Parts: sequence; C-alpha cells; structure tokens
Amino acid sequence: MQEIVVKQEQNLQGATVDVTRSIDARGMPCPGPLMSLIGVIRESQVGDVIEVLSSDEGSRSDIPAWVQKARHELIEVVPEDGYARFVIRKAR
Amino acid sequence: MPARVVVLGGGVGGTLAANLLDKELGHDVHVTVVDPTGMHDYQPGYLYVALGEAKGHWLTREERTLLRGGVELAIERAIRIHPDAGTVQLERGGELSYDYLIIATGARLVPEAIPGLSEGSFEFYSLAGAERLSQELARFPGGRIKIGVAGIPYKCPPAPVEFAFLVEEFLRKRGIRDRSEVELLSPLNRAFTIESASTLIAPIMEERGIGLTTFFNVEAVDPSAGVVESLEGEKQEYDLLVLVPPHKGQQVVIDSGLGDPGGWLPTDKHSLNVDGQERIFALGDATNLPISKSGSTAHFEAPVIASRIASLIRGTAPKENYGGRVMCFLETGNGKATSLRFDYEHPPVPPQPNRAWHVAKWLFNRLYWETVPQGRIPEGAPFSKPKDPSH
Amino acid sequence: MNETIAITLDLKGLSCPMPIAKTAQAIRALRPGQLIESLATDPGSVPDFKAWCVSTGHELVEQTEDSGVFRFVIRKEG
Repeated sequence: MQEIVVKQEQNLQGATVDVTRSIDARGMPCPGPLMSLIGVIRESQVGDVIEVLSSDEGSRSDIPAWVQKARHELIEVVPEDGYARFVIRKAR
Repeated sequence: MPARVVVLGGGVGGTLAANLLDKELGHDVHVTVVDPTGMHDYQPGYLYVALGEAKGHWLTREERTLLRGGVELAIERAIRIHPDAGTVQLERGGELSYDYLIIATGARLVPEAIPGLSEGSFEFYSLAGAERLSQELARFPGGRIKIGVAGIPYKCPPAPVEFAFLVEEFLRKRGIRDRSEVELLSPLNRAFTIESASTLIAPIMEERGIGLTTFFNVEAVDPSAGVVESLEGEKQEYDLLVLVPPHKGQQVVIDSGLGDPGGWLPTDKHSLNVDGQERIFALGDATNLPISKSGSTAHFEAPVIASRIASLIRGTAPKENYGGRVMCFLETGNGKATSLRFDYEHPPVPPQPNRAWHVAKWLFNRLYWETVPQGRIPEGAPFSKPKDPSH
Repeated sequence: MNETIAITLDLKGLSCPMPIAKTAQAIRALRPGQLIESLATDPGSVPDFKAWCVSTGHELVEQTEDSGVFRFVIRKEG
C-alpha cells in the first residue's frame, strides 16, 4: 500500500485537501475497505484526511453509513475506472 | 560465497520461506532465521483451548525441528534493522549482515491500549489468555456473554464469529443455554467482513439465538460496572466479555523507522517488497496490506518471496507475484464449517456450512506440524494453489 | 440504469426529517452529476424528497417502491 504523506486533491469547491494517508483496498474483500478505514481512523489524529480506494460495490453504503454513525466527515466520493475513492476527515 | 538471507521471525511464513530458499538454492544460500523464543506456535488452536477442547502443549514445537538442516536458527531478539548497511542488530549485542532480508515478525497484542480491557475481559489470542478463558467458562454460571473487537487490524477475522458459534454450542452442552445470552459486537454493519459469508451465517445466528450489534468498535471497558463502550457512543452490559485485543507491529519495525503509525510495514501488494527497499521483503501479519492477517496469507506469500529472492540471487528478473490468495475456515458450530477462498481477482463464494469443511479444518489442524512449515502441502490438495479459488 | 451510484444510504426505519437530513449531509460529498441512492420506509419521504429536489435543484432521477421500501436515486445538481 502506498503511504502518501501529503497529496494535494481538488475537492468540489476547488479548494485543496491534503490526504494524510491512503488505503488501496481494491480487490481485498477481507477484512475489507471499511474495516481498514476504521483501523486507520482509530490511529489517526483529529483533522487527518484518509482516502480509501475500493472496488467493492458494498462500500458505497458501508463507508457512508459508518462515517455518519461515528460522526466523521465524508468529504467526497470520486468515481474512477473500476473503483471509487472515498475521502474522509477524522472529525473527533 | 553463498548469498546471505536473514529471516526475522520463525512463524509459519518465516519458517516456510527459509525452508523453500534452502531447498531451492542449497549451497548457494545461507539462511538464518532469527526468533526471540525459538518456539513455533500454532495460533489457530487457541480457539479450541478456550473452549476446553484442546490442551496447549499440542500447539507449540521447537522451531529447530521444523527447519531444514541447512537453515541456521539464532534464538535472539532483533532490535534494529539498518537497511543502508544491510545489517540487523541483535539485543545481546551481535549483528547479522544480509544480502536479502525477510521481515516476518508478525503482530503483537497491546491490551494496555484500551482502558479496562485486561481487567474486565478475556481473550483467546494468546495461549495464557485462552487457558484463563477456558477456566472462566468451566465455572460460568450462566449470563450474558458478549464478544467484540477492540482494535483494527486484527489476526483472523473469522475468529470472533467462530467463538460466538462455538460458545453457544458449549453453553447448550453444559445445560446453561437457557439462562445465558450470546451477543456478537461487530465493528461493521453486519456479522462478518465478507458480505457473502455474512449473508450465509446471519440466519444460522438467528436460529441459535446469537444476537448481533453492529458498528460497535470497542473504546473502553468498565470492569466494576460490567460495561463495554464503543467509539460510536454505545454502551452494553456484560457478565463475561471476550474481546479481540488491539494489535500492533513489532517494536523492531517501529524502532527501525520502517513502519507506519500502527507499526505495520508499507508493502507492495504483488512483489511483497517493503516500499522503497529492493532487498527487504515483508511477509504475513507484519505488512500493512489491507488483507486478512491469517496464517494462510503468510503460507501463500512465503513461496512468492522465496522465489523472488532466489531469482535475485541467481541474477535473473523475479517473476512470481503474490495474487492475494487467502484460504480461511469459518466454524459455525454443530460440526459444520464453511470456507473462504479468494484472491485479488476472485471474490469469495463461501459454500453453505457443512460437515466436510469442518472435517477439513480438523484435518488441517492435525496435519499442520508435518506439512505446512516444511512446504509439504501437495498440489491438488484443497490448500494448495488451485486456478480458481471459487471451487 | 447503467450509471454507477456513488453512495447508498440505508435509511429504513428512520422517520421525518431524518431521511432528508441524512441525504442532504451525504450529498455534500458528491461532485455535481454524481448519483446518490436513498432507501427509506417512511411513506412521508415520498413527498419530502420530491419537494427537497425542487427546492435544491437536485434531480430526482428515479423513485420506486418495493414491499414498503422506497428507493430514491438523486443526481446532485451543479
């Protein structure tokens, strides 16, 4: 997995979002993109931005559901070729 | 002058990789396995110890007996890796030089990371923990048993689910099922990580009266109140709490500046090289790959690493890649189990739990010592490399 | 529909105003043109989503019902 310490991203409003850590979970059903996200969020600082790459269709419901329940911020969901990129900020 | 390969860690991955390299290259390689205890533990057995079905002595053997004669074993603790110098510093002052390094140091349990966890809960991720839990279960008078996860990543995603099924069966056998409750606290929005397997087991859980709480990631335990708390803001009472403890990478990885914040090694998902390190490979639980931390992962990664190092030693381009292959069992109680076989290209298609897979798991457990670490799993056997893991 | 849905929200069991509130929160993460799918059981969500789409400019692409579950597919405006 690529450790991308600082990565500039254009978000919807055109401002840049620094991605603190990136998780490439494409093709990895166990423990799965959401589980990997939860683990990285737990060891991150408040304000850190975590990006998850997932080819799993279930992520489009799993990830937003947990992010809402755990009260973090889903910054954006970017469709790519054969996968999606979920960008989340640890809010608390 | 033989090439020098150092393997840190004598678990399933390290042992197998060392044996395969020695077998392949003979006098052209000198392999040294560095392990702090010199003992090799079969961790999948702890589940059965916890339920009073097995004894611990069956689960540990001397690493020396599992290694080929040409492989050196150093019973030492590695304290620092120096990639630029190509050396590994040992705790008692010695130093080893390597041409190629395999870091197979596994994962350690860090229960102190969760307040109240050690005092208020039980675990079956260590032999001592499993024995303690088995004693507690033997005298359990009935009550609410809650099973949860206190950190991610953790070894063996099926384990908490398996424990839930097997402990429910245990309570029935002890005749205290009617005055007990079993509840699985899942970190996710379903019972198990793999969605197809989760769908398969959900009706069985319901049939057995095993409750499911979703999105419950343990944050703290209050032993005096008998309450476990989640980071999602929920609290639950328990009479007996069984938790998967938090895991971390080994200190040597952290102290060498090679690990991520969890102490896991950033690893290439195909070549298994540690990021930015041509001569260092990561294997098994020690990697940061978001794949299952399981013995089978290490089992399938080891031949890839051995093959790549052999190619490099011979001066040819390494060809083998790790395709993400994993093969896990999931016990569902009442003498049945299912299997989870997948890789990066093929998602799992778990069969309906049946007796055949339960027997297969039992057989694998019994045959482990004579087959797996030595690389003796024959082609065509269920655990060797098929072309399509969905069968 | 061939287009990929970016986010699916399971809002079954939630009653007014939660289905709209949660959809509004999640849609902020989408780029204009992307699709969000919301599943609700509250019958009041049908007129709610229609009205919300009119006032926000999001496009209600699909609205179906199956055994008491209402499915809304919405395209983010912009």
